[in-house]
Amino acid sequence: MATGTETSADYIKHHLTNLVFGQHPDGTWGLAHSAEEAAAMGFMSINVDSMFWSILLGVVFVLVFRSAAKRATSGVPGGLQNFVEMIVDFVDDNVRSIFTHQNSMIAPMALTIFVWVFLMNLMDLVPVDWIPMAASAVGIHYMKVVPTTDPNITLGMAFAVFLLVIYFSIAKKGLGGFLGELLFHPFPKWAAPVNLILEGVTLLAKPISLGLRLFGNLYAGEMIFILIALMYSGGLIMGIFGGVLQWGWAVFHVLIITLQAGIFAVLSVVYLAQAHDVESEH
Amino acid sequence: MNLTLTFFGQTITFLVFVWFCWKYIWPPLMTAMQERQKAIGEGLAAAERAEKDLELAQERATDQLRDAKDEAAKILEQARQQANQMIENAKNEARAEGERLREAQQAEIEQEVNRAKEALRGQVAVLAVAGAEKILGASVDQNRHSELLDKLAAEL
Repeated sequence: MATGTETSADYIKHHLTNLVFGQHPDGTWGLAHSAEEAAAMGFMSINVDSMFWSILLGVVFVLVFRSAAKRATSGVPGGLQNFVEMIVDFVDDNVRSIFTHQNSMIAPMALTIFVWVFLMNLMDLVPVDWIPMAASAVGIHYMKVVPTTDPNITLGMAFAVFLLVIYFSIAKKGLGGFLGELLFHPFPKWAAPVNLILEGVTLLAKPISLGLRLFGNLYAGEMIFILIALMYSGGLIMGIFGGVLQWGWAVFHVLIITLQAGIFAVLSVVYLAQAHDVESEH
Repeated sequence: MNLTLTFFGQTITFLVFVWFCWKYIWPPLMTAMQERQKAIGEGLAAAERAEKDLELAQERATDQLRDAKDEAAKILEQARQQANQMIENAKNEARAEGERLREAQQAEIEQEVNRAKEALRGQVAVLAVAGAEKILGASVDQNRHSELLDKLAAEL
């Protein structure tokens, strides 16, 4: 919450700054103490908070699902197994309807994406000040808790999907087949440079749009939560109004975070399905 | 907002989690779900079979019950007929026996009567002779008049 000495702009900026560990321009390694310092670090830095929450939530996913998988029986399922199986079945159904090739990795990948991204998005519903204030109480000044509002995270995942697309394209069609797809479509062979530009853009647009879509939606959602949180410093009436707004936006956001997690998972499956398609219609 | 090592950190993290899920989470869950699906399918099929069996058994039981009832009715009917027959026979026998006994009795009585008559006749002849002797005051020659006496006795 904005204190008297802090302006609204500072408050928002503070909330949008990652906890960055990296190499200072003078060559020493350490935490950045301001957004400017972080920016000065350039590429050789790491957003500790994003990575921490991302890995923590991934571990939560892995532990919960692994414990269900270890105790999975074909008998009467318990509560946790029921819940996990419901999600697994949902993902499996969706993947089966999109992905018709033989690849045992796709469905688990979709499950991982769906649940993990959902959990990361879910951090958006934690009131924006709780965790940062708790962190600053123990001396950590910046704490961005929603990893999916960090483009590094979303684009990083999209890049992993992109790597898988390239890998399976080459594995299924051979290097020649993959390059052929880039060079000889949609125009005949004499237009190979044009084809490469067109197909290259198409290929690269996939991971970029995948990552930016998730980032954009969650960043905007987070921003609105921060703006609503600003109203709490505007007196009793504004505060109550802000509370109502926050509740309303949170309800709406439940839908958005689930949808975005699903979209990320489904699109990844679609891209990988395209990677497996040996095109014959051209 | 600048692109940093976080990008590759997340890429590696992503691949690790996907790999873990692929190796250790998905297969046991899928196996359990498919096994259960199979078990449920088999259970449903078995239930259906059992229901059919039950229906058949019920039909058979009904048939058997009806047969048994018919059989019982037939046996009862036969027994009744037999009983009637036996009663009838017994009655006839009794009647015949009675008849026979009566006839024997009758014959005996007749014999007795005849015997009595014979005796009586003999005695009547003697009496008649005695009577006649008394009336005539003379003896009647038994031998001379024996023919007459016999005739008299025969007439009695």
